[in-house]
Amino acid sequence: MTELLTVEGLETQFRTREGTVHAVNGVSFSLREGETLGIVGESGCGKSVTVMSILRLIPSPPGKVVAGKAIYQGKDLLKMSDEEIRHIRGAQISMVFQDPMTSFNPVLTIGRQVAEPLEIHMGMSRKQALERAAEMLAMVGIPNAKERLNDYPHQFSGGMRQRVMIAMALICTPQILIADEPTTALDVTIQAQIIDLVKRLRDELGMAIIWITHDLGIIAGLADRVAVMYGGYIIEMAQVDELYAHPTHPYTIGLLGSLPRMDETGHRRLISIDGLPPVLLEKPNYCPFAPRCKYAVERCWHENPPLMSVAPEHQVACWVDTQTGRER
Amino acid sequence: MAEPEVLVRVENLVKHFPITRGIIIQRQVGAVHAVDGLTFDVYRGETLGLVGESGCGKSTTGRTILQLYRPTSGSVHFEGVDLVKLKGEDLRRMRRRMQMIFQDPYASLNPRMTVGEIIGEPLIIHNVARGREVQERVEHLLELVGLNPAYANRYPHEFSGGQRQRIGVARALALQPSFIVCDEPISALDVSIQAQVVNLLEDLQQEFGLTYLFIAHDLSMVRHISNRVAVMYLGVMVELASRDELYNHPLHPYTQALLSAVPIPDPAVEKKRKRIILQGDVPSPVNPPSGCRFRTRCPLAAEICKEVKPEWREVSPGHFVACHMV
Repeated sequence: MTELLTVEGLETQFRTREGTVHAVNGVSFSLREGETLGIVGESGCGKSVTVMSILRLIPSPPGKVVAGKAIYQGKDLLKMSDEEIRHIRGAQISMVFQDPMTSFNPVLTIGRQVAEPLEIHMGMSRKQALERAAEMLAMVGIPNAKERLNDYPHQFSGGMRQRVMIAMALICTPQILIADEPTTALDVTIQAQIIDLVKRLRDELGMAIIWITHDLGIIAGLADRVAVMYGGYIIEMAQVDELYAHPTHPYTIGLLGSLPRMDETGHRRLISIDGLPPVLLEKPNYCPFAPRCKYAVERCWHENPPLMSVAPEHQVACWVDTQTGRER
Repeated sequence: MAEPEVLVRVENLVKHFPITRGIIIQRQVGAVHAVDGLTFDVYRGETLGLVGESGCGKSTTGRTILQLYRPTSGSVHFEGVDLVKLKGEDLRRMRRRMQMIFQDPYASLNPRMTVGEIIGEPLIIHNVARGREVQERVEHLLELVGLNPAYANRYPHEFSGGQRQRIGVARALALQPSFIVCDEPISALDVSIQAQVVNLLEDLQQEFGLTYLFIAHDLSMVRHISNRVAVMYLGVMVELASRDELYNHPLHPYTQALLSAVPIPDPAVEKKRKRIILQGDVPSPVNPPSGCRFRTRCPLAAEICKEVKPEWREVSPGHFVACHMV
């Protein structure tokens, strides 16, 4: 499969009053044509900052991408002029945000907002664009799409607003859709509707998806490959079946163990990961998970492990083989 | 098993919030039917899970049971005493026996009070300890929830979300209650921290024989922690059964859809699952549908569902459901 997007050594920092926050510390991955890549991690692990950096949506100052490349169609997104990146954003790579309540302009009609990318990127007239917007809204399951073009965002429910945002993101048929926790603010029955919709559109339009979430349940049913992030690093990456069947990094093991499962019978004690997520005020020269890790050995405290291959398509950043408990 | 002892008996509990119009002269123009006729028991020593989507009235139920909201009608018997009829000092005395853990660990602790003052306040208000003894009790409580007793002099902002929730738990335990309403105690926390707090709640229940009403929207976590589970939809209870019965043999179409919508963290299982995708959104509780509240989204809805409100009935021992089609 051809690689659509290749990210190498991405580092993003934020200047704050307390000091420099090292949000992303050298992240590399690639996205292949038509695949769904899940990025999983807890709050503050750098998953959103990673994709925001790629799309150049990090407010600067205080944020700054200090190193790395993001190659798309032979060009580095991080080195493009503002004009060039604007032609890519919303047309070839588009994004759906977490909060459907605050991501719209409240004083413009839904029709204007959904149609806007067509006017900007495709040079359509307002009338043509609105017609196409109505089709797109119907496609994502908005009843009476044509009449609702004139409604304002507050007239839609949360689930409906998320559908509208998806319509807006897909209206120029992008090659890549980036979804940043698009269902976190929604109820489970509405979440099921949205995921069902995205799967259907993915198969119809054949786009690649980067889906960011903290919910390992959603990723299990949606992604082809998964990257697990912790403290600004990707610490494990594998095909979805492989990751859930053979989680290898102590953090991934802990995360899967700490989840109760709806299909579990009997009662087991949840495995909790002791301690707290790292404060990112320094870039550690040791493994960021070491302070919470029960496998940690001497080496973990003075050398940060790189991603190492443990099986085909399965990489993990850990000095210890968690199956045998021995050092690699 | 011995006949379980009823600790809390809720009968026909109704809570409507008035909607008013006008600035000086306010007239009521409608009501939010937040909770509309609930009848159920909570047994001593059990965890009753209360699930439902946002706006279904589960938090209102918890607060109305504790008389933080006075109910519009209905009764709540706690250890045989009807709380709805109590007021003033009598009610305050009962409050020692029932406490609450709140959802948002950032908003539920006073930022200007030290942790010691927060946890010690109920002891002083209820006159159960004073001076040196308060301090000792606070230190003991901090230890109990897994925090360093030396933290008593710190302020809430110095703690992480999980630690704050432990402080909330310590405050709830201060008066040695028998009944605790846990209102989404973990939904604001990260996954790896959620397990820490849930394990703590389970340990404390074992140690002190606590009874929990555990309100949550995370059905996997509710299955994990509960003995029995009740499902709410738009202000009414649609199903109540023992945990395994409810998850293995859900009868109400809403319960079935809700359970099928929850993702399971296992790709092999996920590939084989069939989802029941509900159409549309939850209607407004200001003007709920006639008859069965779920009928507007129900795949099985028939004419009778529009006209007659389904009765809350026990279809098998301990399994209650409100649906015409069951």
